[in-house]
Amino acid sequence: MNSIGEGLWQAARLVVTLDPDLVEITALSLRVSLGATLVASCIGLPLGAWLAVNRFPARRFVIAILNALMGLPPVVVGLIVYVLFSRSGPLGVLGLLFTPTAMVIAQVIIITPIIASVAHQAIRDLWADYHDLLISLQATRLQRIKTLLWDGRRALMTASLAGFGRAIGEVGAIMIVGGNIDHATRVLTTAIALETGKGEFDMALALGFVLIGLAILVNLGLHFISRTERGARW
Amino acid sequence: MSGWVSLSGVTVRRRGRTILGPLDATLNGGGLTILMGPNGAGKTTLLRVLHGLERVNTGDVHWTDPKDADGRSQGFVFQTPVLMRRSVLDCIAYPLLLDGVSRTQAREQARAHAAEVGLTVNLDQAVTFLSGGEKQKMALARALMRRPRILFLDEPCANLDGRSVKEIEEILHRIKAGGTRILMSTHDMGQARRLADDVLFLHAGKLVEQSNGDDFFRSPRTAEAKAYLKGEILL
Amino acid sequence: MTFKSIVLGTVAALLTTTAAMAEEMKMAVTTSFANSGLADVLLPKVKEDTGIDVQLLIVGTGQALALGAAGDVDAVLVHSRAAEEKWLAEGNGTHRTEIMYNDFVFVGPQEDPAKAGGAETATGALQAIAGAEAPFVSRGDDSGTHKMELRLWKAADVTPEGDWYKAVGQGMGAALNTASGMNAYIMSDRASWLKFANKGDLGIVFEGDPVLFNQYAYLPVNPEKHPHVKTDLVNQLEAWLLSDKAEELINAYTIADQQLFVYNAAE
Repeated sequence: MNSIGEGLWQAARLVVTLDPDLVEITALSLRVSLGATLVASCIGLPLGAWLAVNRFPARRFVIAILNALMGLPPVVVGLIVYVLFSRSGPLGVLGLLFTPTAMVIAQVIIITPIIASVAHQAIRDLWADYHDLLISLQATRLQRIKTLLWDGRRALMTASLAGFGRAIGEVGAIMIVGGNIDHATRVLTTAIALETGKGEFDMALALGFVLIGLAILVNLGLHFISRTERGARW
Repeated sequence: MSGWVSLSGVTVRRRGRTILGPLDATLNGGGLTILMGPNGAGKTTLLRVLHGLERVNTGDVHWTDPKDADGRSQGFVFQTPVLMRRSVLDCIAYPLLLDGVSRTQAREQARAHAAEVGLTVNLDQAVTFLSGGEKQKMALARALMRRPRILFLDEPCANLDGRSVKEIEEILHRIKAGGTRILMSTHDMGQARRLADDVLFLHAGKLVEQSNGDDFFRSPRTAEAKAYLKGEILL
Repeated sequence: MTFKSIVLGTVAALLTTTAAMAEEMKMAVTTSFANSGLADVLLPKVKEDTGIDVQLLIVGTGQALALGAAGDVDAVLVHSRAAEEKWLAEGNGTHRTEIMYNDFVFVGPQEDPAKAGGAETATGALQAIAGAEAPFVSRGDDSGTHKMELRLWKAADVTPEGDWYKAVGQGMGAALNTASGMNAYIMSDRASWLKFANKGDLGIVFEGDPVLFNQYAYLPVNPEKHPHVKTDLVNQLEAWLLSDKAEELINAYTIADQQLFVYNAAE
């Protein structure tokens, strides 16, 4: 059984022929995970910066919670989101269960702690460098955070990418809240789980290779954007 | 004789050790005041206390003119220039951006200030590529952006070559001529002689001697100052 | 600029998520049904004839009934009579319509070290496996298949425990993968087994006992409990399932020349 070779061959065939099902689930994977990364970054990056800049009694506690949440099993997050958005749950009236929106929400919960934690470390180092200057110039709290976020943007992009990496490869939560419905909420990872369950290892591997390729492409793309941006400004 | 700022009973303690004070002093007159004293005398701490970077444990700092008290009307040049991850021009323009000035306008003024301090390099390069002297000039230009009434400098020439030191001194002369009060610490005896209108001599966290520049170098009154000037550094 | 357009594009894509949803209903089905491939034949015809887009949630029987009870799906298609009747008694659904049945088989190493193939009945086969303490993989996930397996052990008067009995807590495919990896015995529905691509050294060792028949039933979710369920579409789908066309399609469905399902809906 030469599954890896078969998988690679099948992956190449699917990509070259632009298999419509593959295009559909890949597009949904990207939409859900990029959307989740975007939302989680909007929460996690300022939160990380805020934790780096402010000293308050519960700070260590909050950081400990963040680090603990980083290891939260996606299945647990999926279950919690399911219970919340089930028709019998408190947010059931929204009718969001088994939609891509619910998948985005679950992934936001999973990756926000990662993004916030990585951002916190990066911003903490930058804050050590900038501290005296920003205090001397009487920058307000908001101005300090804005400055640190802007000047630390490359490190923060790394934080967001770490979040994206976790999101695009995540299966436990989106399986539960998305339901892996064909043509509606099926993404690469849940399709891989499905094919594996059928014993179709070649197909599962092929989708796995597409997933890896996609993650690399997104990383390269962002790297390229950040390079052109640097070239223009410095 | 009323000064522009006075300190009464100021002490700064960190980790159970008194690093400044108790200190009573009144600074008067305009011009350029040099802070002298051996390492650990409390020069940096005093500058930081005056600028509001360091909290005092006891005592008060009283500014005669409330306009002087505002940190925004003071500039501070650190011994090691703080380098932002930006271009030289954007680093210099930064204080005005905080004040809500448009980026175009701030950069325009920054360009003027860079010229004023003789920074003739490519201003669009990253600030980390500058030489030591150029970095300190950048810091100086940045500290001048808000047209400060008072400028603090903490050993700004500590790591610079002779040529850069001379250039910085010329700039300080011009700034002083423009009406800005300068308070600067230095270990460089020659520089102190060249620049000082007044001298504050600190030793072991206390103010030991305060006089005008000529008097201090010609006839120091205290044993510590005499020994320091003779080069018998005491710690 | 490029970054901005990516961001804006993503936001736009997110906002348009729920647009363009026409006649859709959600139905929870068991893994065994989905793995059989029958859905891929039936659903396009349903869409053609009724215009309904049936979205399948592929889960175990326990979860399927739980989704129905919570109102998260509009109907349920499962195969565990006792659980279904309990579910109806709790007011979760309106009625139970039997549609078709398939059967379970015992799969194991082709050389059949436990001699399960020589047994007269399904319970006899299980007793042979337990007696030989041959490795046996159980779904262990409270699914219809798992419940059926437990009933058979009980009928065989064997308490399955010990190193040889592995409850994996996973779906049919994953459990088959495990059995294939361990060269172990396992009970599977015929469709999942025939569709399963990683058979290894496994083969069918026992089949045909009527107790292994597996009745599928269609259960609409109770609209009095969950007013949002699409009773209209649910009824249309039921009518379609009871039509001659459905009967023809289901009976004609084969894998490897074997008929998988026998249509037995009462007219």
